[in-house]
Amino acid sequence: MVAENTTKNLSITLRVWRQAGPNQPGKFVDYQSKDLNPNMSFLEMLDVVNDELTLKGEEPIAFAHDCREGICGTCSCTINGKAHGPGKGIATCQVYMRAFRDGDVITVEPFRATAFPIVKDLITDRSAFDKIQQAGGFITARTGSAPDANALPVPKPDADLAMDAAACIGCGACVAACKNASAMLFVAAKVSHLGLLPQGQAERDQRVLAMVSTMDALGFGNCTNQYECSAACPKLITHDFIARMNRDYLGATLRSAFKPAPLGTGGGAG
Amino acid sequence: MNLVGYLFCSSIGRKIIMAVTGLILIGFVAGHLVGNLQIFQEPDHINGYGQFLHSLGALLWVARLVIIASVVLHIWAATALTLENKKARGTDYGFKHTIQATLASRAMRWTGYIVLAFLLYHLAHFTVGLAQTGTFKENLPHYTMGSDYRVAGFVAVKAGTPEVLDVYNMVVLGFQNPIVSLFYIIAVGLLSVHLLHGIDSLFQTLGLRNAKWSAGLHKIAVVLCLVYFLGNLAIPGAVLAGKLQPRAASVAAAHAK
Amino acid sequence: MATLDSKIPSGPLADKWRKHKVDIKLVNPANKRKYEVIVVGAGLAGASAASSLADLGYKVKCFVFHDSPRRAHSIAAQGGINAAKNYQNDGDSVYRLFYDTIKGGDYRAREANVHRLAEVSVNIIDQCVAQGVPFAREYGGLLANRSFGGAQVSRTFYARGQTGQQLLLGAYSALSRTIGAGLVEMHTQSEMLDLVTVDGHAKGIIVRDLVTGKIERHSADAVVLATGGYGNVFNLATYARGSNATAIWRAYKRGACFANPCYTQIHPTCIPVSGDYQSKLTLMSESLRNDGRIWVPKKKEDRLKAPDSIPEEDRDYYLERMYPAFGNLCPRDIASRAAKRVCDEGRGVGASGLGVYLDFSEVIKRLGENTVRERYGNLFDIYHEITAESAYQVPMRIFPAMHYTMGGLWVDYNLMSNVPGLFVLGEANFSDHGANRLGASALMQGLGDGYFVIPYTIGDYLASQKPGSRPKPDTAAFTAAEQSVGAMTKRLLDNKGKQPVSHFHKRLGKIMWEHCGMARTKGGLEQALQKIPALREEFWANVLVPGSADTLNQSLEQAGRVADFIELGELMCRDALTREESCGGHFREEHQYPDGECKRDDEKFGHVAAWEYQGADKTPLRNVEPLNYEFVKMSVRNYK
Repeated sequence: MVAENTTKNLSITLRVWRQAGPNQPGKFVDYQSKDLNPNMSFLEMLDVVNDELTLKGEEPIAFAHDCREGICGTCSCTINGKAHGPGKGIATCQVYMRAFRDGDVITVEPFRATAFPIVKDLITDRSAFDKIQQAGGFITARTGSAPDANALPVPKPDADLAMDAAACIGCGACVAACKNASAMLFVAAKVSHLGLLPQGQAERDQRVLAMVSTMDALGFGNCTNQYECSAACPKLITHDFIARMNRDYLGATLRSAFKPAPLGTGGGAG
Repeated sequence: MNLVGYLFCSSIGRKIIMAVTGLILIGFVAGHLVGNLQIFQEPDHINGYGQFLHSLGALLWVARLVIIASVVLHIWAATALTLENKKARGTDYGFKHTIQATLASRAMRWTGYIVLAFLLYHLAHFTVGLAQTGTFKENLPHYTMGSDYRVAGFVAVKAGTPEVLDVYNMVVLGFQNPIVSLFYIIAVGLLSVHLLHGIDSLFQTLGLRNAKWSAGLHKIAVVLCLVYFLGNLAIPGAVLAGKLQPRAASVAAAHAK
Repeated sequence: MATLDSKIPSGPLADKWRKHKVDIKLVNPANKRKYEVIVVGAGLAGASAASSLADLGYKVKCFVFHDSPRRAHSIAAQGGINAAKNYQNDGDSVYRLFYDTIKGGDYRAREANVHRLAEVSVNIIDQCVAQGVPFAREYGGLLANRSFGGAQVSRTFYARGQTGQQLLLGAYSALSRTIGAGLVEMHTQSEMLDLVTVDGHAKGIIVRDLVTGKIERHSADAVVLATGGYGNVFNLATYARGSNATAIWRAYKRGACFANPCYTQIHPTCIPVSGDYQSKLTLMSESLRNDGRIWVPKKKEDRLKAPDSIPEEDRDYYLERMYPAFGNLCPRDIASRAAKRVCDEGRGVGASGLGVYLDFSEVIKRLGENTVRERYGNLFDIYHEITAESAYQVPMRIFPAMHYTMGGLWVDYNLMSNVPGLFVLGEANFSDHGANRLGASALMQGLGDGYFVIPYTIGDYLASQKPGSRPKPDTAAFTAAEQSVGAMTKRLLDNKGKQPVSHFHKRLGKIMWEHCGMARTKGGLEQALQKIPALREEFWANVLVPGSADTLNQSLEQAGRVADFIELGELMCRDALTREESCGGHFREEHQYPDGECKRDDEKFGHVAAWEYQGADKTPLRNVEPLNYEFVKMSVRNYK
C-alpha cells in the first residue's frame, strides 16, 4: 500500500562508460551496487555509488544533472541503449530504480554524437545547441520595444501548437537516439515554435535557413525519417515539426531565389 | 547561398533531392510496371508499346536522361548523407537499442544496394543485351504487328508494321530461367520494401505529412507497395507457372537461326 | 558599519519610479561601449539583464555554472506570472497588485520597490509576448488569465504548467540573439568563486572554469549578480541540485550586506522524503487542495496501517478541524505548520513518519474518476511516476518542503548593494517579497529586475565611473582574490578526511529543517547555533574531496558550495533568533495569535536586518534599514 513497503530492495551491476577527458580513451567499467531501494531515482543511485567510490578512494562517476524534475534538460544518460533510459516521455532524472529488476546489468553511456564531444565520463558538451539558437532561434524584440501584449491576437490552436514545440528542454536526446545523430527534431521544434506565431513571421525564412545551415556546419547527421527522436524525446515532441520545418526550408529556399534584393538597408539621413 | 547551394549543400536540401528524385523514380517504376503488364495481352500490345517508345526518338532520350539523372542524384545524395551520418555518430553505442524505427527504414541502404545491382542487371538483360544475349530482343526474329497499337486512342503503331522487336518473347524466354526469375522477384520485393519507407519518407521530407493523416499515408504506401510487388511478381510468376508461353513460331525461328 | 541608504525617491508612490528615471544619470550612447558589465547567472533575471544591457550598447560578459544559459532553475516554475494588465476587467490595477504583494509579504518589503515591480509587470508581459512566449490564450486569440493564491483578481499569465520554462526560454532567446550578434561574451560552465573589490567598488570576479579547472580573472566596470536563492541550505528542497549561494555568499564576505536571511518559504504540498538517499523534493501543485482532503490517523498506532482500513471516525481531518472556515484551503504557511505539528505528535504517515494524506476518495465518489482525471490527471501521473502509487486508489502522501528564499543580498532602490558597483537581481536580492512571496510573483520579479530596472539604474552608477577606468585583471586585488580561491580549493582537496561532501550537506539540512524550518523557537535556534559551528569544524577536519583541481571535478564544486551553505545556515539561524516576532515565512512559536497566525512586532522589527561580515569566527554585525510605510498601514494579515 505504502510505496516504500511495496517492493524488495535490489542489487544491480552498473556498466558505466568512464572517460577521463575529452581526448582520452574511454571504456566500460563495472560496479556492483547492492540493496537499492526501488523508490530511489536513477540519479540518486548514482549519488550513492559515487559516495561509495569516494570512500574507497576512487574518482566518482561524473554525470550531468540539475533540476531532477525533468525540465532543465541537463541530465543526459543513455541507459541500456536508450536515451534517458526506460520509460516514455521522461528524462534520465525521472527514471526510478523500480524500472529495473534485481540482478540486472545496466549499461550507462553518454549521449553519443560527434557534435556532443565527451567532457568526462557521462558528461557531454552540448553547446552546439546554443550555437544553433544563436544563429536564429529568436524573435528580435529589443527590450522596451514591444507593443501591448493583446495588440496581436494569436489563434488558440496556433498558440497551443507553438507551445507543444516550445516544450523542448534542449537535452539532446533526439540527437542521441537518432542513428545519424541528427538534430532535426531540436531545430524543428524551435523553428516551428517561432514560425507558428505571428510575431515570428518577419524573420521566418531567415531563421530556418540560418538555423539549418548552422546545424549542418556543427556536424550533426541528417534525418532519415525513422522517428526515433520523437520516441526518445522526454517531452514527446512530435516529428510532425520536422515535416513542417522541411516545408519551411523549401519555401524559404525558393523565396530567397526569387526575391529581389533591396537597394540599401541603411538608416535615414538624420 | 543561392538556390543550388541550398539544395545541394544543406542536409534538408539534399533530402529534398532524395525525395524529388525518389518521386520521379516511383513514377517511372509504376509506369514501367503498367507498361509491362501488357504482356498479359496479345504480343501486339507489349511489342507495339516497345516500338512506340522507340519511335519517340529524342523524347525517349530526354525521359531516359531524367531517369538516369534521378538515379545518379538519388545515389549521390544517399551516399553523401550516409557518409555524413556515419561521421556524425562518432563512437558507436556499446549497447544498441531501437525504439520504433521500422525494419524497412533501417534496411534502406541494403535494399538500395540490391535494387541498384538488380537495376544494372535488368538493363543488361532487357535494354542493352549484355546478359542472356541469346534471348535479347535484337537477336530474336523480328515481329510483325497483327493489329494497331493505340496510345490514348490514337494509333501509334499500325497493324502490319514489320521489323518490330519481339519484347514479348524476350521477356518470356528470359524468365523461363528460374534463377533469373528468382533474382527478379527478390529484387522487386526489396524494392517494394524500399518504397514502403521511401513513400512515407518523401512526404515527410517535402513537409506534406503530419499525425492527422500519417496513419492513412502509411496504409496507402503499404497497399501501393503490395500492388507493385504483386504486379511485378505476376510476370515471372506466370512464366514459371507456364501461364505465359513463348509463341512457338518465334521460338522455332530463333532456334533455326 | 555599513551605510544602508535605500535611495527611495521622494514624492507620491505612483510617481517615484517615473521621477527617478528622470533624475538618474545617463550614459551617452557612444560611451556605453566603453563600459564592461559582468552578469553572473542566466536565469530570468540574469538572462534578461544581460540581453537588455547588451542591446543598450554595454559590453557584457555573462557567466553561468551550467553547460548552457537555458538551464537555470527559473525553468522549473510551474504556475505563472502576475501582471496588473486588468485584461479580465475585474478591477485589477497596479495599486492592487502592489497592495497584494505588500500584504502577502507581511509588511516587510519596501513600498517603493514593490510599487515599481507592479508598474513594470505590464511591460514584462508585452516584452515576453513580442519574444514569442506561447502564453495560454482564449478562443478569440487574446491572452488568458487564471487566479492564484493571495489575490482576488485573475491576473496570472501562464503557459500550461511550464510558465517558468517558457519565460526563461524567451529570455534565453534574447540572450542568444545578443551572443550571436557578438554583444555578449558568454562563459558557460564557469562558476564565480569570488568578488573583486577595488577601492571598495565591485570591479571584477574570479571564476573557475569547471571543465578545465582553470581559475580566471575578469574585470569590469560593474558586477551584476543574478544567482538565485539559497534554499539548498536545507539540502532537501524543490531547488535544482546545483542551485547554490556561493556567489552571493562570497560577495557577502567581501562586504555586501545579507538582508533577512531567515525569510524562507515552505511549500505545503510536496512529495515526502522516501529515504536517506533522497536528493530532491518535488512540488505538487497547490491546486490539489481544492478537492483533496488532508488527514492523519487520530491514533499513533494507526499511522502505518493501510489508509482505507482506518475507519472515518479514527481519521483526523485536522485542517478542517482547526480552521473550519478555510479548511483545506488555508494559506501555505498555516497548512505547512499544521502538517508539521501532527507529524511531531507521531501521527505522520509513511515509513518516515513525515507525511500526511491528501485524500481524493470523496471527490472521486462525488464527481467520478473521469472528472478528477480531467482536473488533475497530469499531477496524478507525476505522483505515480515518483511513488508508483495511484492516487485514484490510495490517498497521496504529501509533506511541506523548502521552496523559495525571500532574503538575499541587501540592495537599494537601484538594486545596488552597499558595495558600489555590485548589483543584485532576482531571488538573490531581498527587496520585493518581504517575509513571504505570493505565488506567480517570483517570475515577475526576476524579469522586472532584468528587463526594466537594471537597464536604467546601472547607468546611474556607471555615469559616475570614468570610461576606461576599470582596473586591469593583473592588479593586486585580483591576485589576492585568486589566491584566496586557490587556497580554499587546495585546502578542500588536501584534506583527505573520511566523509564525502554529501554527508555534511545532509546533516546541515537536518539541523536547518529541525530548528530553522517551518516553526522556530528560541531554544531550537540556540541549539542550531551550537550545532552548525561544530558541523563546520567537522567539515573542515573530515571532508573527503576526491580528484584534482585541474579537471572537471563535481565533488570539488559541491564541497565549496556546501562549505558556504554551512556558514550561511548559521547566519540564517542567527537572523531568525534575533527577529523576535513572527512574520510571513518566519514563524517563531513564541510569537503567535491563538489561531496560529503570525504575530508581528512592527514597533521593534518593522525593519530590514542586513548582516555585515566581520571576518571569520567573528559575529556578524546586524545593520538595520527601517521600513517607512508612507502609503500603506501595517495591519494584521487576515485571509479569513
